[in-house]
Amino acid sequence: MSKQYPKPKLVPVPSTNIIPERDIDKSPILECRHLGIDFGGLTAVSDFNMAIGRTEIAGLIGPNGAGKTTDFNLLPKVYQPPRGTIMLDGRDTHSMTTAQVSRAGIARTFQNIRLFSRLSVEDNVKIGLHNQAAYPMWSGIFRLPSYWKKERMAHNLALELLSIFDMQDLADHQAGSLPYGAQRRLEIVRALATGPSLLLLDEPAAGMNPSETAELMDNIVKIRDTFQIAIMLIEHDMNLVMGICEGICVLNFGKIIAKGTAEEIQANPAVIEAYLGKKEG
Amino acid sequence: MSGKTKTLRVRKTTVNALINYAMVIVVFAATQILIGQGAISNTIQSMLVPVCCYVVMAVSLNLTVGILGELSLGHAGFMSLGAFSGIIAATLLQDAVPAAPLRLAIAMVVGGVFGGVGGVIIGLPVLRLRGDYLAIVTLAFGEIIKNVIQVLYIGLDENGLHFATKEANLALSETGKAILKGPMGATGVAKLASFTAGFLLILITLFVVQNLVDSRAGRAILSLRDNRIAAESVGISVTKYKLMAFVISAVLAGAAGALYGLNYSSTVASKFDFNTSILVLVYVVLGGLGSIRGSIIAAAVLTLLPELLRNGAINDYRMLIYAIILILVMLVTNNPTLRGGVDMAVKRIRGIGKKEQTEGGAQ
Ligand SMILES: Nc1ncnc2c1ncn2[C@@H]1O[C@H](COP(=O)(O)OP(=O)(O)OP(=O)(O)O)[C@@H](O)[C@H]1O
Ligand SMILES: [Mg+2]
Repeated sequence: MSKQYPKPKLVPVPSTNIIPERDIDKSPILECRHLGIDFGGLTAVSDFNMAIGRTEIAGLIGPNGAGKTTDFNLLPKVYQPPRGTIMLDGRDTHSMTTAQVSRAGIARTFQNIRLFSRLSVEDNVKIGLHNQAAYPMWSGIFRLPSYWKKERMAHNLALELLSIFDMQDLADHQAGSLPYGAQRRLEIVRALATGPSLLLLDEPAAGMNPSETAELMDNIVKIRDTFQIAIMLIEHDMNLVMGICEGICVLNFGKIIAKGTAEEIQANPAVIEAYLGKKEG
Repeated sequence: MSGKTKTLRVRKTTVNALINYAMVIVVFAATQILIGQGAISNTIQSMLVPVCCYVVMAVSLNLTVGILGELSLGHAGFMSLGAFSGIIAATLLQDAVPAAPLRLAIAMVVGGVFGGVGGVIIGLPVLRLRGDYLAIVTLAFGEIIKNVIQVLYIGLDENGLHFATKEANLALSETGKAILKGPMGATGVAKLASFTAGFLLILITLFVVQNLVDSRAGRAILSLRDNRIAAESVGISVTKYKLMAFVISAVLAGAAGALYGLNYSSTVASKFDFNTSILVLVYVVLGGLGSIRGSIIAAAVLTLLPELLRNGAINDYRMLIYAIILILVMLVTNNPTLRGGVDMAVKRIRGIGKKEQTEGGAQ
């Protein structure tokens, strides 16, 4: 009898992902293959396959505890993914840290707001500009010309970015003292300040009233159009998701149960059962 | 926002920094005038250099504890490194550099370098870890430095420096002299330190710390304190900026140590023990975490307070009064219920005044 070698299970690569037609002549900005993570016995995310086009607004939806935020923690390497691959702009991010992934182009906001709450609004944005308006430490201590040049640049850029949400007049306020909606908008501005090619928004409309949400939808589209970047968002507000998201991905118990356009998702029986069915029917 | 308001805008941080410089300069000038008039006692005069050293210690520790948000319990260890390396450097340069102020400046730079090297050795492995490991390791570091210096003998003769762990093993030539004698510490040190040097060191410390905090690197350090996860998510490397704050803090402590060591003809390692680290930490906490001005005032006042309490009838109780003042200030500034209580008491007192007024008005 000949020697028995272990026979691995073969899985298809690249996965059958979908992106908008206008982005098809460029490679996807992000491609996840077979991404997965467990917490103890709980499989929070498994076999997550997804691609995002360069200028796509993608949606990630699913019931509470489906694994959406966990996914948003895997992409910027807050958790090192124990299974699967993340390709950012064609580069495997396996060996990168969170800070390196940020420099490579992923920016994010947090479901539970994480501002530098004791610092001013302007300083929050300037910290976002850390790698955009860079100069060495000693230049800051000795106030060398590069300090003045880059600080002026950071100041102007910060006000310009804040003006997207009409927040430039709040620049001197303490971030933690802002109303909830403004804090969410500031998180988006800070993320944009890093000059990302992919922006991850975790429940950007949470706690906002309908008119604030409508304004936010306009602004998300405006950000995509102005900066020509990809945006992926998690949201429970179906008006927002169905209104502005192009490719939508539905997660349930850590698994993707449907992918497609808003119409396709709304007509999908599995989605209706798992998610929309619960809402109104 | 028009361009005009932008250029006219004077930033609050800049104003605060300028107030701190002004405060230090005014106090220095006033003290010099009072000394000239003979209005300051000799004991207080002899404390001016240590006061400057402790101000620098407190401001630099505030960079680690208040601004970076990492607990360090061994700040005196860096002071110790700076003190003994500074003393050795000054002794080595005795003939080569005849000008005392220059020799002092070089010794302080050497002290700063040794402090900084200590900071890198401690910080590099420990600041990578998450959690309060820095407190434990710096505590151990302070004690290790003390114990090592207590068994170290260093001597100088025409062949250069000699190191040994026993005096007999130093093998100095006849003209040689021992600088560091184990448990007896450094003896026969030429006193180079001056109040002016201390004043300049405070200004340099303020310049470095305040300019650092109000720059890109400083914002990165502050962001780590406020929210590490968010800071990483915008591309700030945690270890780099933690290490930067910690090492700058250690360099300044080393320079302060050199000044301190060169203020006395003899210095022992046990002067820079755990108690000294805690004392400096107390200044920082009492002055307010992150408040540079608070650190300066707390360090200066609390270093002088035991001396100021020495006169007259309260002399017997001075350490008691000192302890009570410390405890009270600590409780009031840090205990939320007590602080609430004080606030409430203040409000009530004001309220009573108002009530009486309105009652008076109604009558
Ligand atoms: N660090 C962790 N340790 C253990 N379990 C975790 C951890 N993070 C998430 N989980 C679990 O993983 C599952 C997915 O959580 P996740 O936060 O990703 O859900 P979500 O889809 O974002 O939900 P929601 O809509 O409520 O925000 C949940 O059951 C959660 O309890
Ligand atoms: Mg979530």
